[in-house]
Amino acid sequence: MCLGIPGRVVRWLEPVGVGASAEVAFGGVSKVCHMACVPDARVDDYVLVHAGVAICRIDQVEAERILNDLRALAEMADDEILG
Amino acid sequence: MRYLDEFRDPRLAADRLSRIRRTATRVWTLMEVCGGQTHSLVRHGIPEALAGCVELIHGPGCPVCVTSEALVDRAQALARQPETLLTTFGDMLRVPGTYGTLLDARRDGGNVQSVASPLDAVELAQRNPHFQVVFFAVGFETTVPASALAVLQASERRIENFSLLVAHVRVQPAMELLLQQADCRVQGLLAAGHVCTVVGYETYNSLVSAYGVPIVVTGFEPVDLLEGILACVVQLETHSARLENCYARTAKLQGNPVAQQLIASVFEPCDRAWRGLGTIPAGGWKLRAPWRSFDAERRFPQAPVGLPIVEALSHRCRASDVLVGRLAPRDCPEFGGSCRPDSPLGAPMVSSEGACAAYYHHAPSPPHRAPSQDES
Repeated sequence: MCLGIPGRVVRWLEPVGVGASAEVAFGGVSKVCHMACVPDARVDDYVLVHAGVAICRIDQVEAERILNDLRALAEMADDEILG
Repeated sequence: MRYLDEFRDPRLAADRLSRIRRTATRVWTLMEVCGGQTHSLVRHGIPEALAGCVELIHGPGCPVCVTSEALVDRAQALARQPETLLTTFGDMLRVPGTYGTLLDARRDGGNVQSVASPLDAVELAQRNPHFQVVFFAVGFETTVPASALAVLQASERRIENFSLLVAHVRVQPAMELLLQQADCRVQGLLAAGHVCTVVGYETYNSLVSAYGVPIVVTGFEPVDLLEGILACVVQLETHSARLENCYARTAKLQGNPVAQQLIASVFEPCDRAWRGLGTIPAGGWKLRAPWRSFDAERRFPQAPVGLPIVEALSHRCRASDVLVGRLAPRDCPEFGGSCRPDSPLGAPMVSSEGACAAYYHHAPSPPHRAPSQDES
């Protein structure tokens, strides 16, 4: 229930209304997900899916920024240890 | 998978861990609110790795665990009605109520089916027009949009044999109740990241200022969790208490307004009895007046269940202490003995988000006593 899974929007099936849906890929498996909460999601966007419903888009720019920061900090720590 | 694997990187996790160790000058007591976070923490051995720096109290954020016995009993009665199909998430099937579990109802000939989504229950209703299909709707704000959509879809498609037994709960009132407890030991809170993706986190500012505790919005992967813990420890070490977001790739200050609008169009806050915590004012969601025809509690008059009360093994269950962090799962005398996932005394041993099940599956004994029997 609280275990949301990120998936990539492959294609929209029904773009509008309470029945909005899209094919979403989770690794190698694709499923039809309900998309009424993420009407602005585009193909190749990542969405977080709970109980068959996409509840938000994943901010890919922010994700990359955070990962870059974390990797840089880890490298700094490695340098401190080696230095 | 993308956005999971990167945040499980052992090198990044080790770096976060060593920073926590270097930052903490004493043991800080933090609570992660969500049961999904509890499972991830225990599965990755984080509570043990942080020994001496951080004590983690596992919060009440397992919706299966906090669903009241009265509602489980109501579901049990509905499952035993003729021409009724009771559907719910798989975890709910083994949660004991006064008369046993929903699996017991199924063994006795009741129609009970687990579904991955309330929308699947709507499909079942359409395919089985001679059955009343009831979805036992449990969950926090992460699953409320799915229930709201189910009602709207059923209404639009004129599916009249579908209804909800609503057990939905709201996170923030429960967090506030915990902070109000006289014996509350929590010095910092890791807020449930996925609930925040829906409802946002701006409203937590009132808790930060009223109770003087740092609140850090935190994700679910090991690097996310360690990053949230580090942010909390840094605040505590510098005597500050702020609202911080360590899950910015999904949680935004205002949440998802479309999902909020969807929830608000179908549900409104109500008082709700939480197992272990009592009735929490505004601690739940109920259907708004225009949608009450979808309310199973109104549609079906409450009939006596007519079953013997299963002699409450559950009186030995100390879930209420576990859910508020007064008792660590492994310190319960029943843990792993008379209480196991296949014969649970209480809901925290059942659910994939329950704290007792997390320890049973991932760390049944403290590492210095015996090797872990990892069953995952």
